Amino acid sequence: MLKTFSLGGVHPAENKFSAGQKIEVLPVPEQVSVPIAQHIGAPSEPVVAKGDEVKVGQLIAKSTGFVSANIHSPVSGKVFKIDDVLDASGYKRKAIIIKVEGDEWDESIDRSEDLVKDITASPEDIIKKVGEAGIVGLGGATFPAHVKLSVPPGKTCDVLILNGVECEPYLTADHQLMMEKGDEIMVGTQILMKALKVDKAIIGIENNKPDAIKHMSELAKKYPGITIQSLKVQYPQGGEKQLIDACIGRQIPSGKLPIEVGAVVQNVGTTLAVYEAVQKNKPLFERVVTVTGKSVTKPSNFLTRVGTPLNQLIDAAGGLPEDTGKVIGGGPMMGKALSSIEVPITKGSSGVLIMPNEIAKRPKLEACIRCSKCVSVCPMGLSPYLLSTVSDKAIWDRAEEEKIMDCIECGSCSYTCPAGRPLLDYIRLGKGKVGQIMRSRTK
Amino acid sequence: MNRLTVSPSPHVHSGDSVKKNMYGVIIALVPALAASLYYFGLGAAIVTITAVLSCVFFEWAIQKFLLKNESTIMDGSAALTGLLLAFNMPTNLPLWIIIIGSLVAIGIGKMSFGGLGNNPFNPALVGRVFLLISFPVQMTLWPKPIESQASYLDASTGATPLSIMKEGLANGESVSALMAKIPSYTELFFGNSGGSGGEVAAIALLVGLLFMLIRKIITWHIPVAVIGSVAVFTGILHLVNPEAYAGPLFHLLTGGVMLGAIFMATDYVSSPMANKGMIIYGIGIGVITVVIRVFGAYPEGVSFAILIMNGFVPLIDKYVKPKRFGEVVKPAKA
Repeated sequence: MLKTFSLGGVHPAENKFSAGQKIEVLPVPEQVSVPIAQHIGAPSEPVVAKGDEVKVGQLIAKSTGFVSANIHSPVSGKVFKIDDVLDASGYKRKAIIIKVEGDEWDESIDRSEDLVKDITASPEDIIKKVGEAGIVGLGGATFPAHVKLSVPPGKTCDVLILNGVECEPYLTADHQLMMEKGDEIMVGTQILMKALKVDKAIIGIENNKPDAIKHMSELAKKYPGITIQSLKVQYPQGGEKQLIDACIGRQIPSGKLPIEVGAVVQNVGTTLAVYEAVQKNKPLFERVVTVTGKSVTKPSNFLTRVGTPLNQLIDAAGGLPEDTGKVIGGGPMMGKALSSIEVPITKGSSGVLIMPNEIAKRPKLEACIRCSKCVSVCPMGLSPYLLSTVSDKAIWDRAEEEKIMDCIECGSCSYTCPAGRPLLDYIRLGKGKVGQIMRSRTK
Repeated sequence: MNRLTVSPSPHVHSGDSVKKNMYGVIIALVPALAASLYYFGLGAAIVTITAVLSCVFFEWAIQKFLLKNESTIMDGSAALTGLLLAFNMPTNLPLWIIIIGSLVAIGIGKMSFGGLGNNPFNPALVGRVFLLISFPVQMTLWPKPIESQASYLDASTGATPLSIMKEGLANGESVSALMAKIPSYTELFFGNSGGSGGEVAAIALLVGLLFMLIRKIITWHIPVAVIGSVAVFTGILHLVNPEAYAGPLFHLLTGGVMLGAIFMATDYVSSPMANKGMIIYGIGIGVITVVIRVFGAYPEGVSFAILIMNGFVPLIDKYVKPKRFGEVVKPAKA
């Protein structure tokens, strides 16, 4: 039997329309808007002003704390203004807007295609370099990568786990990266292993990508310590806790981080960014984005500069279909519905999913029939029906007791509910409130 | 430009619905319905149609005239209650009793609590037990299978295997002597015995169970717990004294154990939410059933056992939680 995580899970229709589409380099746009808050943690501080000339890869906003990230210019040209623009969150937030002139890269970046296998940097240098390059988790969580690599004193890491699962339906960016940049990801993995001082790395891939499993297993023979773990297709296997459980059978206790069980997880896209930063001196300013959907004429995987407006990607994929009802940043299970298609691509944009009108609507709401299906699909072993009720009725102490903060917001409960109840909407509300209460208590 | 819908994730739905589940259970009951029509013919048809129609009618009428809210009769739950109620009654029951039973099931068992999803007790069993206590004579006259195919009120009646056993043991007869008076296990398995319309054919009910498991309408926990605990408990009694206590196979194949375990105890609304809770609930039903059958006044106790355990469901749900992720910590290698 194939490995997977122990509790719950669902299997939504995979719909990987863009699978096998070669990564296409999207032309540099005329203007980019680079938000200064693209990661979890403190927003960065702009270090350029209106009228400044910038080159590709030049630092334009610097990290403002340990949990924060540098931001580099994705284009060359002139800073047009620093202003509030609508981003994927639905709010107007500060961004650096650059008018593009040519495509002149910073001289220190090695733009050759050659694979650099020798890792000369020391562990400390690697972590420093990853921090400087502004690398964040590219799976969508956008947690600054250097923070995860800095193992806190008293804790030890014995295994690195790479997330090549791509459990969200529709998305294929990571799949395609593994097919085209396998060697780079392998060297990136070794760099991460050196930084973490571990001799073992596992790359978890779901078995709906047999070509990637075969290709990566072939490559892994040349890189000692790296093994490929094929996994049963089950959502949300890409969740950190679920992936660690699936690969090595260790469960992270409630409220704790992966390091508690000796593991660090990074996404395969992040690993490629680490390779480029350490070996090629290239900071993170571009990424692969899947543009897909049932009615999209040309589902694609684009290598896109950060700050590019979404509509340019949509145009390149054949334009916005007539029947569009919803545009989602990310996958269908955890992505965010966007209010405009002019919002910029950020470091965390794994996909642009265009949903036809008829699937954009929610099912009819009925009374809970206590079928217990939400309980059986919850990967955290919670009782979603109860959490949503106590959140609705504002019984916050009960919500806390029932471990509402353990919820990873994967959406399996709402996806499954036969009565069409928006369980996760209520649970999110409850999490926000309970989180507030818990924080005020520790003050 | 089109207007975009903005809503929180997830943006896709499994497509499952209350309707699909309710009609799924109804489909799973088709083999048992076929068996009931085969053995009890005309009577079974009249009782089933009356119960289903009156349950649906009462739900419609209560929502239309008393609650004045949106009608839910199309979700299939009222029809399902009617079907289950019919399966729990003798097939020679007069129409007016069936209608009263349906009114109690839907009116008191379901709608008085707020409709589907809010009823603490299984509505069909509320109706059935109400009738059993109110009309004990009519509710315990059992038409003989096959020979009453063409009759309804005039069906010739006989005792059920359970009442033969109960009375025989009370009169001091031995189990082995009584077993000769009841149909063989094979006949019981295929349903050739007296009893409620839908409960007789174990094979038909098991086919229904298989269908519901494959379609993931229910999980195995409750049926296995009920059937398993009845088998174990009666098995122990039988081993202690085989002449005073009938064996597990007798208890499983007679009366309402199969129907109860597969279709009545598994009612979503009135059963627990966590798997562990379902097993506790199922064992409770099994044990209470055997206690009533072997030591109680009634020959059959499945309905009472399920209703009693329905009452414990809130308590079970409060104290028996699903196994949480990370609860059992496997320590990292140092």
